[in-house]
Amino acid sequence: MVEPRARDLWVGLFLLIGCGAIAFLSVSVGGSTYRGPRGLELFVTFDQVGGLKPRAPVVIGGVKVGQVKSIGLDEELRARVGIDVDGNLRLSTDTSASILTAGVLGDQYIELTPGGEEATLGPGDEIEFKQDAFVLERLIGRLVQSLGNEDGKGKEEEE
Amino acid sequence: MTAAAHVARLGGRGIAFVNELGRLAAFAAQVAAALATPPPRVRRCLDEIHDVGVLSLSVIGVSGLAVGMVLGLQGYNTLVRFGAEESLGTVVGLSLIRELGPVLSALLVTGRAASAAAAEIASMVVTEQLDGLRMMSIDPVHYVIAPKVLAFVISMPLLSSLFTVLGLAGGYLVGVLFLGVDGGGYVSSVQGSIDVYEDVVPSLVKSLIFGLLVAMIAAFRGFHAEPHSAGVAAATTSTVVVASVTTLIVDYFLTALMGV
Repeated sequence: MVEPRARDLWVGLFLLIGCGAIAFLSVSVGGSTYRGPRGLELFVTFDQVGGLKPRAPVVIGGVKVGQVKSIGLDEELRARVGIDVDGNLRLSTDTSASILTAGVLGDQYIELTPGGEEATLGPGDEIEFKQDAFVLERLIGRLVQSLGNEDGKGKEEEE
Repeated sequence: MTAAAHVARLGGRGIAFVNELGRLAAFAAQVAAALATPPPRVRRCLDEIHDVGVLSLSVIGVSGLAVGMVLGLQGYNTLVRFGAEESLGTVVGLSLIRELGPVLSALLVTGRAASAAAAEIASMVVTEQLDGLRMMSIDPVHYVIAPKVLAFVISMPLLSSLFTVLGLAGGYLVGVLFLGVDGGGYVSSVQGSIDVYEDVVPSLVKSLIFGLLVAMIAAFRGFHAEPHSAGVAAATTSTVVVASVTTLIVDYFLTALMGV
């Protein structure tokens, strides 16, 4: 038998460790992925966002500077993506945003490429230069279609 | 025996099963009433948390680590064929937090603590200790059963979370240190795929419900054990069997209900 005092200590430790595990799962693992500075909210309107998800990273030259906050449709039914990036960044107004894929089947993220203008983007501004997501299925579809056309041409020529 | 007799026997079993369910529900109501009745048995409950939680720690810890390591190994071997070993964290993290954490810790606690609880209550029935309590006008449900049930409900989410955390560590150990997956990639794919409201909260709700079910089954089987030594054995065995099967079946419905 464990002494009553020692037992209480163990129970207390157990409760602490258990609550610590819950807190770790909730805050550190389940919380937002980007924990750097933020505060500058920008918007980009894409024709195609592919598999981009909220909380996907936003990078400049491979360095994480923020994350995707919201993905929705605007009045013209185009995909409007809100991103939250480091408020200390001085991004020029001709900054461009592109949706890229990490690896062939990897997760998608947004890369910002700063431009050369003097004026900088403020909170709530729209990034005008952008490049849509690369959708593998479409490319394959187009490839198959063009191959099919070539076959058809070949047969016609033979006839 | 004629066919009619077989049908009648089946019917009799069905009626016995429904009777049992009804008695379990009545027992649950009794426990709930006891929990609401003052005085709260804090000291008894802490002692029970020691038996259920603290004594299960080593089992939960070692199993969690082992399960995480196996997931890391299996996940890596499958993912590497598609060149997607960066997603190892997603595979390990989601399987652990959504299913394996709550379910396996419930099964382990069933084997480690619920069987002991059922045997303890059943032998109290056999040795007429519960009748002794009644003689002193102490309600045995209030003094013995309710603190045990509460201890299971409190301990289960904590044990399940510990299991999950250690499983994640086990996956990291095998994936990153042994197999050479990028450490940052593992951590960020775990963080990127697990959400507080979609994964962590349903996982805790699951283990709360499992804790309640396992505790109720153990207490019910022990409390209604036949008053002889074979009755203790029967109560212990049926607790482990019924609680394990119930956990797995209820898990399906909880998953379907919560959509995780």
